[in-house]
Amino acid sequence: MAEELIRVEHLKKYFKVPAGINHAVDDVSFTINKGETLGVVGESGCGKSTLGRTLIHLLEPTDGKMYLNGQDYTNIKGHELKKMREKVQIIFQDPYSSLNPRLSIDSTVMEPLKRSGRFGSKAEMKEKAEELMEMVGIDERLREAYPHELDGGRRQRVCIARALALNPEFIVCDEPVSALDVSIQASVLNLLMDLQDKMGMAYMFVTHDMSVVRHISDHICVMYLGQLVEKSATDELFEAPLHPYTKALLSAIPTVDIHKPMQRIQLKGVITSPIDPKPGCRFAARCPYATEACQQPQQLVEVSKDHFVSCCRVKEINAL
Amino acid sequence: MMAQTKKRKKTNPFLDFLKRMTKAFSAKLGVGLFVLIVLFCVLGPLFSKYDVNGIDLMNMYAGPSKEHLLGCDSMGRDMLTRLMYGGRYSLLIGICASLFGALLGIVFGSIAGYAGGKVETFIMRVMDIWTALPGMMLCILVSNVLGTGFFPTVIALTIGSIPGTVRMIRGQILTERSKEYIEAARTINCSDFSIMFRHLLPNVVQPVIVTTTMGIGSTMMMAASLSFIGLGIQPPNPEWGAMLSDGRAYIRSYPHMIMVPGIAIALTVFAINLLGDGVRDALDPKLRS
Amino acid sequence: MANKENEFLSVRNLEVIYRSGGDIVHAVNGVSLELEKGKTLGLVGETGAGKTTIAKSIMRILPDPPAEIRGGEIFLDGEDLLKKDEEAMQKVRGKKAAMIFQDPMTALNPLMTVGDQILEVLLLHNNYSREEGMKKAGEMLEEVGIPAERYREYPHQFSGGMKQRVVIAMALACDPELLLADEPTTALDVTIQAQVLEMMKALADKFRTSMILITHDLGVIANTCDTVAVIYAGRIVEYGKLEDIFDHTSHPYTIGLFDSLPDINVKTDRLKPIAGMPPDPTNLPEGCAFSPRCPYATEECRKKVPESKELTPGHICACFHPQSRS
Repeated sequence: MAEELIRVEHLKKYFKVPAGINHAVDDVSFTINKGETLGVVGESGCGKSTLGRTLIHLLEPTDGKMYLNGQDYTNIKGHELKKMREKVQIIFQDPYSSLNPRLSIDSTVMEPLKRSGRFGSKAEMKEKAEELMEMVGIDERLREAYPHELDGGRRQRVCIARALALNPEFIVCDEPVSALDVSIQASVLNLLMDLQDKMGMAYMFVTHDMSVVRHISDHICVMYLGQLVEKSATDELFEAPLHPYTKALLSAIPTVDIHKPMQRIQLKGVITSPIDPKPGCRFAARCPYATEACQQPQQLVEVSKDHFVSCCRVKEINAL
Repeated sequence: MMAQTKKRKKTNPFLDFLKRMTKAFSAKLGVGLFVLIVLFCVLGPLFSKYDVNGIDLMNMYAGPSKEHLLGCDSMGRDMLTRLMYGGRYSLLIGICASLFGALLGIVFGSIAGYAGGKVETFIMRVMDIWTALPGMMLCILVSNVLGTGFFPTVIALTIGSIPGTVRMIRGQILTERSKEYIEAARTINCSDFSIMFRHLLPNVVQPVIVTTTMGIGSTMMMAASLSFIGLGIQPPNPEWGAMLSDGRAYIRSYPHMIMVPGIAIALTVFAINLLGDGVRDALDPKLRS
Repeated sequence: MANKENEFLSVRNLEVIYRSGGDIVHAVNGVSLELEKGKTLGLVGETGAGKTTIAKSIMRILPDPPAEIRGGEIFLDGEDLLKKDEEAMQKVRGKKAAMIFQDPMTALNPLMTVGDQILEVLLLHNNYSREEGMKKAGEMLEEVGIPAERYREYPHQFSGGMKQRVVIAMALACDPELLLADEPTTALDVTIQAQVLEMMKALADKFRTSMILITHDLGVIANTCDTVAVIYAGRIVEYGKLEDIFDHTSHPYTIGLFDSLPDINVKTDRLKPIAGMPPDPTNLPEGCAFSPRCPYATEECRKKVPESKELTPGHICACFHPQSRS
């Protein structure tokens, strides 16, 4: 049995907006084991990025518990928060806005080292920074350059180096390759996987790209408007998706196989608003299988071993 | 976008800035003119054979001549010498007041933008009240309270230039604060102080540098206006505005007394405006190649 | 490329540069392509490959300066667009050819109702009365799947996918014969993307509109296009029917593109990225622009620019050593 690293229980993050309360993350629970990757997929506005930012305390959770190595870190401050952030890091989506345009590459990478206070001299820090940049593959001649002189792929490597600086145990990857071209995306994904093999940290990989998530994840959570609708091991999810939303999502991906025409599941209706939502299933308005029963609150239940689905009609739909 | 294949050239950001800055003809003219005026005021008095306050009753109201290139004033003092000394005051007041105003504005603007909430509301409402008063009236008020002379004048003018900067910096910080590199700085345990000064400020001061440069001209005008109505720098010290005020009475018979400081003020403000334009263009990343 | 008289759109040896400071950016370097009436051509390539520049050249909306069309011909329905003056081009734009941009959020005026924005396009190019125009605008909304009752709503009341539908309705309002779609679905979610693509395809079929679809997503190409042009560093490196490109991939760059995609159906250990970086367009390598990244490159590739060769009828590849993908 793999060792548990992150456990999240009934996590909620609500935002007050003029129209009411936005349930961005609503009662989400999962665990991530050491050295494993959890993929979180969903469409824009489903709360996946909010979830990632809450896990690293960039946003404060509204309710629920978060554990790191079995220790509750839901409401920490000051020194404890500082310690936590040496173990938990984040890589952002947009490599253009996630680097300070006025700091050179090497000072960006040295920044976390400086803040940690673990290094005695500047020379030591410089050495460590060189090692990090070597590890993520930034050429020596670019190390004193400024972010605008680098392309997206290289910038993302700098962000990875910065996140790795203090040997974290867990990294939230918030759509790290969505802004990159395919050929560059592939090399950044490979780098992330190589680093995981070498250093053994766990990832939470947030993305909307199903093929990327399949490639990198061990487990997958599918989110829809703040809630988990399905959670299972990667292969199982792709081979036997159970929730109607997951099915629709998978059917909509344009594949490069021209001989297998897309069998897209038609979604009707409009997307429900996440602001003060009604208690029932949030997907019901677009779901081809929706009935009266879907207006009741849904529970995430274990349908088969380690495969959780939040749909009251899952058994009927899938003839289980 | 694909600069990576090129060899990286090592550049000094300041030299780079100067090079970009002096690219346009108008900016070149502005820089040249401003440097000339500064040299004229700083070094000029060393070569003058007249005492700045030396009264010469023989030459009262004398027009330009070989002896007195720009003529003399109502007490026979050499206008050229007075112009040079007066420029020191005018320039110093303009630069100091703009600079202090910008610094204070940056401090309050940053606090308002970064802290948010009640602090922000408080600072911004104070600024609202501040701007509701006409700038000139505020200066007159402060000058009357603090008295006349160099420092009170600088303070009066500084106070008038704060709200604009505060508002600008706050706006800039609000946009910049939401960018991911600031979030990234928080996750690597940067303190609020370091986020503020190392990450945020360098990315928001550019427009302030531009408006401050441009503002020097109008601050000088304001200083001149204050002297003109009898506040600010006091006689016999030759501030340009005070000289203007002196010459006012003789505008019909001895127009050179008012034209000399008038042209000096106009020329300096013109040079500074060109300079400000140049700074703006040099700092605008869209105009960079 | 047999009977050139039947081609609806034909671009020959198009060359476009951008001036930037003292540098010259070689954005498009001799691109030739053909499009038949009612067909869809996919332009695929990475950021900076020159896809959008080609489309903007056809519409003649490149900002000049810094852009400059150095050479070539663009025939639309037998007329050379590059020889037309601005006034004549305005008649072509909207009426004969229309373009859809990537970001639906910025393509609409936030202060005008969506119906009026469609109406504006209609009145500009037709002699409709206001009432007729409004009726037609309502019909266009229905056509893209938005109830005509929403005519009086403002863009902010629509979701991203709905906004892109409005943009498409605007583009199709005057029945253009050619539709240029620049990454029309990149900003949209997958489920919405599928809907919009299906709708565009259905409308193009219905009105017999020829379409150029610009995208970096091979999956989108596979589901919508008849012919495909793969662009690298401002040149078409491979060109052919959908089957030619997807089943008989020949150019090493196209092969690299396919290989670097994660496959949704099988879990692989590591992806196969293309080595190196796209070239600097101000300083293109000598010979074949892809040669520094190409695993099959020889001395010849580094010296000479490869000519386009027809491998099988209609399947063109600009490479000295065409491969076949296993």
